[in-house]
Amino acid sequence: MPHIALPEGLPGISSGFAFRPEAAKPMRELAHILLHEPNSLAPGERELIATYVSSQNDCYFCQTSHGAAAAAHLGDDEIVKRVKADFQHAAISDKLKALLVIAGKVQKGGKYVTAEDVEHARNLGATDLEIHDTVLIAAAFCMYNRYVDGLGTWQPHDESMYAAMGKHLATEGYRTPSIKTAEVA
Amino acid sequence: MPHIKLPEELPGIRSAMAFRPETAKPLNELVEVLLRGPHSLTPGERELIATYVSYLNDCYYCQMSHGAIAAAHLNDDEELVKRVKADFQHADISNKLKALLVIAGKVQKGGKHVTAEDVEHARNLGATDLEIHDTVLIAAAFCMYNRYVDGLETMQPLDEATYRERGKRVARDGYVMVSKEYLATYAVTR
Repeated sequence: MPHIALPEGLPGISSGFAFRPEAAKPMRELAHILLHEPNSLAPGERELIATYVSSQNDCYFCQTSHGAAAAAHLGDDEIVKRVKADFQHAAISDKLKALLVIAGKVQKGGKYVTAEDVEHARNLGATDLEIHDTVLIAAAFCMYNRYVDGLGTWQPHDESMYAAMGKHLATEGYRTPSIKTAEVA
Repeated sequence: MPHIKLPEELPGIRSAMAFRPETAKPLNELVEVLLRGPHSLTPGERELIATYVSYLNDCYYCQMSHGAIAAAHLNDDEELVKRVKADFQHADISNKLKALLVIAGKVQKGGKHVTAEDVEHARNLGATDLEIHDTVLIAAAFCMYNRYVDGLETMQPLDEATYRERGKRVARDGYVMVSKEYLATYAVTR
């Protein structure tokens, strides 16, 4: 049960957003820019970073919804599972692997990122903007994940709901709600 | 040295925000809503939560900046800010704020560490749902800001006086307004 009286029928972060729309607005905007707006990293790659960090933070709602968004972008569920379990052996670019190493360090704490981690990513073609956004995506999901779990939000285990959310996020982005009460079984 | 090429004339999060003004906008708007928007918790109390979480995350720039802003809101009481960081249970703050700091400290470790008992305790001391919500979100947000500042290895001046001076300005004018200045200055030089 949620720790506070959140609107019923809305899962995960949607319930926090509905409770506090003033804070929801910049939080949605941030996710939209980081994950959805055009960039040299494909949206699917950025969703994989978000999914991986959410998995490291053990946030069920976030890793499942962003995993579904990644799968919708990439047309591939298996790669999402592989990235969470063992990204060094997933069918992704070496550059993305190097960025996931950085994201994993940020998840532990900002100071874990070393000059060598960054140099390695750069040698594989990562730009300063890609490194910046990787750090900020990982940092931002340390916020979103804590927000979702820290309020004890309702996180249904309903695969079809997450699949529908993932499709919406992949096509529409984050500025508008991806889920309405009526869609939840 | 910063991990990427950030504007050299700006410290901490300001250098990263000038590097990426698109994300700077929602980052400043979020902190403005959480720490300065109309609320039953005073700006000083909310800055103490931000300072405490930044201290737990060992982010020098953030704990110094927000500690200075908190002090500016709290009659320049820098001793209180130090006490909250070192041992808030014996600081001269309300029992409600102590209960909220317990929740913030749990969120810093991970969202699942917050228990129904922690929340019940805060509620018994008068905390509202909105205050509990915002405590969780402030703590979560500073787990982002702190990682952003340290994860890029931004330049973090050690001179306390600069933080004190800046703290007074931010306490007076707010995050969004002061950000417009340095973002505009850098946009011109870029």
